[in-house]
Amino acid sequence: MEIQRYVPTQLRPARQMRADLQQIEQASSLDGVGELRSVGEVSLYGPGEKAELLDLYRQMYLIRRFEEACAENYSKGNIRGFLHLYIGQEAVAVGVMSVLRPGDYVVTHYRDHGHALARGVDTNRAMAELFGRKTGLSKGKGGSMHLFDASKRFMGGHAIVGGQLPLAAGLSLSCTYKGTDDIAIVFFGDGAVNQGTFHETMNLAAVWKLPLLFFLENNFYGMGSAIGKVRAGGTDFYPMAESYGIESVLVDGMNVLEVREVMANAVGKMRAGGGPQFIEAKTFRYVGHSMADPARYRDDSELAEWMEKDPLKTFPSLLLARGAAVESDLEAQRESVHQEVSAAVRFSEGSAKPSPHEIFDDVYA
Amino acid sequence: MATMNVLEAVRDAMRLEMRRDPNVFILGEDVGARGGVFLATNGFVAEFGEQRVIDTPLAESSIVGIALGAAVSGMRPIAEIQFGDFIWPAINQLVGEAARARYGTAGQRNASMVVRVPHGGGVRGGLYHSQSVEALLAHTPGLKVVAPSTPYDAKGLLISAIRDDDPVVFLEHKRTYRLVRGEAPEGYYTEPIGRAEIKRRGEDLTVITYGLMLHYTLQAAEQVSESEGIEAEVIDLRTLRPLDVDTVIESVRRTSKALIVQEDTPVASIGSEVAAVIADRAFFDLDGPVRRVTPPDFPPMPYSPLQEAEYMPSPNKISYAIRQLIDL
Repeated sequence: MEIQRYVPTQLRPARQMRADLQQIEQASSLDGVGELRSVGEVSLYGPGEKAELLDLYRQMYLIRRFEEACAENYSKGNIRGFLHLYIGQEAVAVGVMSVLRPGDYVVTHYRDHGHALARGVDTNRAMAELFGRKTGLSKGKGGSMHLFDASKRFMGGHAIVGGQLPLAAGLSLSCTYKGTDDIAIVFFGDGAVNQGTFHETMNLAAVWKLPLLFFLENNFYGMGSAIGKVRAGGTDFYPMAESYGIESVLVDGMNVLEVREVMANAVGKMRAGGGPQFIEAKTFRYVGHSMADPARYRDDSELAEWMEKDPLKTFPSLLLARGAAVESDLEAQRESVHQEVSAAVRFSEGSAKPSPHEIFDDVYA
Repeated sequence: MATMNVLEAVRDAMRLEMRRDPNVFILGEDVGARGGVFLATNGFVAEFGEQRVIDTPLAESSIVGIALGAAVSGMRPIAEIQFGDFIWPAINQLVGEAARARYGTAGQRNASMVVRVPHGGGVRGGLYHSQSVEALLAHTPGLKVVAPSTPYDAKGLLISAIRDDDPVVFLEHKRTYRLVRGEAPEGYYTEPIGRAEIKRRGEDLTVITYGLMLHYTLQAAEQVSESEGIEAEVIDLRTLRPLDVDTVIESVRRTSKALIVQEDTPVASIGSEVAAVIADRAFFDLDGPVRRVTPPDFPPMPYSPLQEAEYMPSPNKISYAIRQLIDL
């Protein structure tokens, strides 16, 4: 059975891809081979789509490597204070941002490196901000938890849990007010759901039909507290949205293509004037809440289970299995990421520290 | 010039700015169809439509947070907190978010927003409708805090506040809304934020005050002038952050005596800061202690009219304090 090359203008949704995969499996078994066609022999993907898929991999790998470099430089004392790593959750940020347009606003929480990089914030300036250097995004005044880049409409990491939600509603209100079909997306964790601002903002967004996308990254622990200990009603949050009349969906946060699919669906409805949407991604951070947290409140087996679904293992396997990439493509991406991150560290090390008198800048307009 | 009360001045300023700049909009509890609990936005929906005069849920944190979000994307929102006493749920949005918006991003963010706050007592409002909320807000770097006491200042300062690129908390004393009338130009004009004004000239002592207490202080000043010939200089701070230190110091150096009058309780208050500044910059010009007239250091303002009057500073209490300071 001949499999046609498929050259889409857009990535197919994950559901479609699963169907394609089944088709290959069936075709294979009909051929009597009994297993998937070998790597590279048959590809479902055209060059444009291959490049896009590879880029998703590259971005996830960039976040992973960037954060490993953060941890290294934290140990060296180049990065100080409070550092919260996103390792394990990369598929969420990358899947989400791949759907957004430059005019959309992104607001997030303190675990913000992944979101910033996936949004296209300059790697050098992001790292320099963590180093507290003058070349940083906010000239060293913000630091890890408060990355901000107005040029990318990346409106900040916010370190008060739940504090960013009303602000994102204001950004989405201005999208409507100005008559655009831009949207705002706000990331928050499972811990933020217990804050009053979450419920205020959900209600308000629904009443005003704001183009606000609530994106919950449920990694099952608010710092060291398992959800079950601090929340009534189990570990699923997305049904809550229904009570506000907001359409909601649960997605596997370890699967970048699924994240991308549900995002495209939600964002499409929002741009058409459908009001707010709610997406819950189940995901897991592999490391502690911050560098000071050895995460003794979790079982190693729980972590091991999640790591089996590691997007940086499963996604490249998928690409190889489906003939979207060959090993050398992936290696080339990894090499380019290593260079980019090393360059960012060198850039930061070589950047001037802000002078003490600059504390007087930017207090008022 | 037109004659108007403070409420009309506030309304006039907002209406003019709404007409001038489509980025200005209003949000708050009952600001729309109801026209605001004090009618500050009366008739605004008819003129500007519901898209620019937005009724919100009773959710102060969201009201201020949404204003901030809109502000950082280039709008000029005016958020109304119905009563100052209701502002506490919004404190994180004001102190935690708006105040550090610019600094924390090295100037990438404007938080061009105004939060209008009817405040103050003497209206039989009791525990939750009488509070002075200025101390915590004025304590917060990154915010500007304006507290006018006359129609002229209210209008000119509110227009300035709306045009300001930083977050401005605009404190309107409820008791002055209809009680205080005065002249103000009909069209556009601005008064500078951060500038105090000497409302009465005198050489015997300096009385520093703001809000409703300005009017009580001016009455007290007339009393002691008529009865004892004491001439008090009265400074209306008008802006509580940034404080106009120069005007205060220049006056105290001339009079050598300073009295501070405020409706807020005394500890860690505006008066504390003014006293500290005087001690720092005019210590050797003083020939007496820096005194304060404030309510007692109790949590809320009592409801019962007699007790409320006992609690609040009054023209008599102020004139008594003036005489005491002069007699020292």
